[in-house]
Amino acid sequence: MSASNLQIDSRGRLRHFLSIEGLTRPLLTDVLDTAESFAGVAEQSIKKVPLLRGRTIVNLFFEASTRTRTTFELAAKRLSADVLNININASSTVKGETLLDMLRNLEAMHCDMFVVRHADSGAAHFMARHVAPHISVINAGDGRHSHPTQALLDMFTIRREKGPDFGRLRVAIVGDIQHSRVARSQIHALNLLNTGQVHVVAPKTLVPAQAEQLGVKVYHNLADGIRDADVVIMLRLQRERMQGALLPSEHEYFQLFGLTEERLAYAKPDAIVMHPGPINRGVEMDSQVADGPRSVILQQVTHGIAVRMAVMSMAMRRKTASETEPEIP
Amino acid sequence: MSATLPESGARIRIHGGRLVDPANRIDDALDLYVADGRVAGVGEPPAQFRADHEIDATGQVVCPGLVDLCARLREPGQEHKATIASETRAAAAGGITTLCSPPDTDPVIDTPALVQLLRERSERTGYARVVAVGALTQGLAGEHLSEMAALKKAGCIGVGNAGAPLTNTLIQRRALEYAASFDLTVFLHPEDQWLSNNGCAHEGAIATRLGLPGVPEAAETAAVARDLALIEQSGVRAHFCRLSTARAVRMVARAQYDGLPVSADTAIPYLHLTEMDVADFNSLCHVAPPLRTQRDRDGLRAGVAQGTLAAICSDHQPHEPDAKLAPFPSTEPGISGLDTLLPLALRLARDGGMPLSEVIARLTCGPAGILGLPYGTLSPGASADVCVFDPQAGWRLTLADLHSRGLNTPFVGWELTGRVTHTLLAGRVVYTGDGHH
Repeated sequence: MSASNLQIDSRGRLRHFLSIEGLTRPLLTDVLDTAESFAGVAEQSIKKVPLLRGRTIVNLFFEASTRTRTTFELAAKRLSADVLNININASSTVKGETLLDMLRNLEAMHCDMFVVRHADSGAAHFMARHVAPHISVINAGDGRHSHPTQALLDMFTIRREKGPDFGRLRVAIVGDIQHSRVARSQIHALNLLNTGQVHVVAPKTLVPAQAEQLGVKVYHNLADGIRDADVVIMLRLQRERMQGALLPSEHEYFQLFGLTEERLAYAKPDAIVMHPGPINRGVEMDSQVADGPRSVILQQVTHGIAVRMAVMSMAMRRKTASETEPEIP
Repeated sequence: MSATLPESGARIRIHGGRLVDPANRIDDALDLYVADGRVAGVGEPPAQFRADHEIDATGQVVCPGLVDLCARLREPGQEHKATIASETRAAAAGGITTLCSPPDTDPVIDTPALVQLLRERSERTGYARVVAVGALTQGLAGEHLSEMAALKKAGCIGVGNAGAPLTNTLIQRRALEYAASFDLTVFLHPEDQWLSNNGCAHEGAIATRLGLPGVPEAAETAAVARDLALIEQSGVRAHFCRLSTARAVRMVARAQYDGLPVSADTAIPYLHLTEMDVADFNSLCHVAPPLRTQRDRDGLRAGVAQGTLAAICSDHQPHEPDAKLAPFPSTEPGISGLDTLLPLALRLARDGGMPLSEVIARLTCGPAGILGLPYGTLSPGASADVCVFDPQAGWRLTLADLHSRGLNTPFVGWELTGRVTHTLLAGRVVYTGDGHH
């Protein structure tokens, strides 16, 4: 079974959520619309809906994460699910227990959904291929491959700010494309939504081979790359990139690719600035931009909960449908 | 062993078949006569020959037993994956009579004792002949030279670096010079480990899309360029193992044209699969070096057709199922290949328009010449290593067809043509298609 249809069942519904690739535009739009309805839930004083009452969701994190895990946990709790957080030091799987053994054990405890983050590209696909049929797998980030809920919350944020017509938008993604699962998922999502132009901006050491084939235009100069952009997405720069001779220093990176008020002037006057967080202030952007009026970075975090509620409820809808079709708000 | 099979040393007539012996430029309807473990006659029986046993090869091809330049038997050290007994049996079923084990066993083949162990165990099981490449450096660690003269005396057909490329060019230079002193062929896996940087897929569009750490083409070509310079300087006879890129084939062709004593091979998966086959994280297609582009596959096929690549090997790497049951980058590389070497090579005759005798040359006299061994031919007096196969038999590969302990092959489900019916090792029938070993 190909990776793309692994996540869709025979009736075109979400079975797992593994990557943006393989989704259809209507399905992606459906998730965004569902998220829109959940965004209202958070603003009520009672923030819970009973959609997943009695379900058990396991956050299976093989890589450290605070933000993503927290928003998944909140999303699950607002859907009234029971949540189990398991943080696995990558080395413990090396000590004999295979990933598959661990899956079998959790299945035996009658869990319904695994939210997985793993350092290996393809880990979520691997788990989806091997879990029992009643379990859904949600990818919370696999290696450099995919981080589809992050991309969705970014699309959700852009849609709220710029409207549903992506065809007239120019979006620039700046930073370490090479090692970024966020960038790969964003690029797929933007192209699925027919975004007018997608630019990536980075030195060659941080651009993957044949990046153009992803459907982007590559720039090595910030001003050219973000010129007249409607949306500027800055990526997080990992400190260890200095070690592998990918960059000389954070200082030079900021000098060339860091976003300042002054450089933001190359983009459209109403351009928004995004970042998947956490920000390295003074490396990817200065504080003036991060905290400035064009920054929607905190909205992204808020939207992350609604989007994850949408994904989890839709992946589980398939199962609840056989009992009683619940009202999806 | 079935009671109906002839005994060792029996006189056998293989009649009615199409005899293909590329070493002697024979491709004709000729009978083959075997006596005392050797080829006794081709076309004409020797005087007073009376067969103890007849093999009817009507409609079949009769060719020399195949010679496989690289098969990991997993013994010693990894018997949970496979053993010499299990894999030589699989070799016999695949028409392969001579196998070459690279030195990366555990412990490494860097002492005469290991060479002897390998030989004794394969002789005891008796399904295929096993020869060894010794380690170029002690423990393949790339620091101290192995006792190459002793390894040669013990029977190593050459020395090599297996999958552990030398990073220190000075040690590389001295190892080649030392090997040249004893007329040893050096088997080199060209890989610049700094450039491959623990990658697991070809650096290109697919790896970019899947977010898999890439191995650039230059990881191979930079190593070939460096090695060619050192080969020229040292005068050593060298063989490049498992080329995966079209550019490396062209570099070797150029070096051969310039008169350098270099040869090269590729493995069968690289002639049929590309990076596209990795596209849904199929760990069965995780190999090292990685599967590359269609352009590379075509370049490798051209190299095989033109003879720049004088051999096609199985690069057999049997694994236990768990080795492939993990996210792609965490799986062990390698494909179990003994069972499919012949039918997948025959596909080159069908798809690629190569004459059958040329394909068989790459599986017999080509590799035998690289090893410097007198096998891979049906010349009178040669060891009667024979493969008889039905070139028309079409079959769909299933797991049940695999004789190897390793079931890790992406070719399950492929429609194959050509099936071995008899394998003879030194005149002894070691396999018949009806299942007798």
